[in-house]
Amino acid sequence: MSETIKFTIDGKECQGTKGQLLVDAAADNGVYIPVLCHMRDLIPAGSCRICTVKVNGRNMAACTTPAEEGMAVENNTPEFLDIRKAIVEMLFVEGNHFCPACEKSGNCDLQALGYKYQMMVPRFPYAFERREIDATTPKIFLERNRCIFCKRCVRVIKDEEGRNIFAFKGRGNTLEINIDRKLAATMTDEIAQKAMDICPVGCILKKEIGFVNPIGQRKYDTMPIGSDIENNHQ
Amino acid sequence: MSKPIIATTSLAGCFGCHMAILDIDARILQLIDLVEFNKSPIDDIKTFTKECDIGIIEGGCCNSENIHVLKEFRKHCKILISLGECAIMGGLPALRNGIPVKECLEEAYLNGPTVGRNTERILPNDEELPMILDKVYPCHEIVKIDYYLPGCPPKADLIWAAVVALVTGDELNIPYELVKFD
Ligand code: SF4
Ligand code: SF4
Ligand code: SF4
Ligand code: FES
Repeated sequence: MSETIKFTIDGKECQGTKGQLLVDAAADNGVYIPVLCHMRDLIPAGSCRICTVKVNGRNMAACTTPAEEGMAVENNTPEFLDIRKAIVEMLFVEGNHFCPACEKSGNCDLQALGYKYQMMVPRFPYAFERREIDATTPKIFLERNRCIFCKRCVRVIKDEEGRNIFAFKGRGNTLEINIDRKLAATMTDEIAQKAMDICPVGCILKKEIGFVNPIGQRKYDTMPIGSDIENNHQ
Repeated sequence: MSKPIIATTSLAGCFGCHMAILDIDARILQLIDLVEFNKSPIDDIKTFTKECDIGIIEGGCCNSENIHVLKEFRKHCKILISLGECAIMGGLPALRNGIPVKECLEEAYLNGPTVGRNTERILPNDEELPMILDKVYPCHEIVKIDYYLPGCPPKADLIWAAVVALVTGDELNIPYELVKFD
């Protein structure tokens, strides 16, 4: 049987199982720690750092840190709200995020974090880099202007034989998400939909359908991101 | 005490943000009780005739004239507000950012599929025309901006709440639903 441990987040007493990732343990206790690259039950990538918390005085990514007995975690402190806001702002200026013209608008995790932290304008200058769109595969658009390099698609989306359909190419500022054209041609509608759904932003888009839900009925129109986790527990 | 004076302008925008100002509906009657308008497309005053308290900017800067007008606003207004995505981050006109201007102009006037007859292959070059900039600039990259109201366009309730808070000095509490980037 797994060992039960106790820890605190911003002073709140929490329980988890030993070895459970902090971000998941927090969610089970009704505490929302924001994520962009993390997905439960997936090997952590730890690439976006939006989940940064302070554990016993040190900054750690909550999606790569296992919960341990007696941990004192700082989460919603002014310091961390500002760090996270800065990360969101950085992601906005690094890509080209024209929300008014984006199919994911209203359902986008990055945008929803912008709302949560009341980003009115990024503190950093816009990069306005040119990035190419890949529309060559039958089911999917790759709108690279919006990719935040979370690697979810690379880690989750496989063909029937377990081969990756998505992959990164390049490094640093030449890093680019790519799609294997041959394998992509075999993608079913379900896989294409799944790829679009797990992409936290509007980079992976299913062709021939868009703007399905009208404004007012989208995921984050009235419900701040994370409120499902916070409301589920007391 | 005299009423606070507001000026507004539309730079590289679609005028949607100004329509959103008018979207406050009947509250416009309260607004004219609260403030006086100076230079603005709403009253068609074309040049500043007074120093203003609040300048509301729609649109980013895509050409030399936009820069000129924005600098005039900074000179004549105590507080400047970037209203809407175009003013805040360039908005849809900034889709051209990252593409060289020459390429954009050639696509628009020479090579695009909807270009009509331009047999002399002229790119607009009349000296009356403002110079197009290398990219569309967010307003705060040109002058200091004091406040930002996001949205495309920002919701009328947001504009109303912000203007009233500024004029009355009351605290501004913005409900979650009002701040959106689209
Ligand atoms: S991906 Fe999200 S943040 Fe980027 S443009 Fe689309 S809605 Fe906006
Ligand atoms: S395409 Fe989407 S899921 Fe894949 S790395 Fe980019 S943002 Fe992440
Ligand atoms: S923000 Fe939207 S509504 Fe306002 S000027 Fe730009 S495109 Fe028009
Ligand atoms: S969610 Fe932890 S680093 Fe991305």
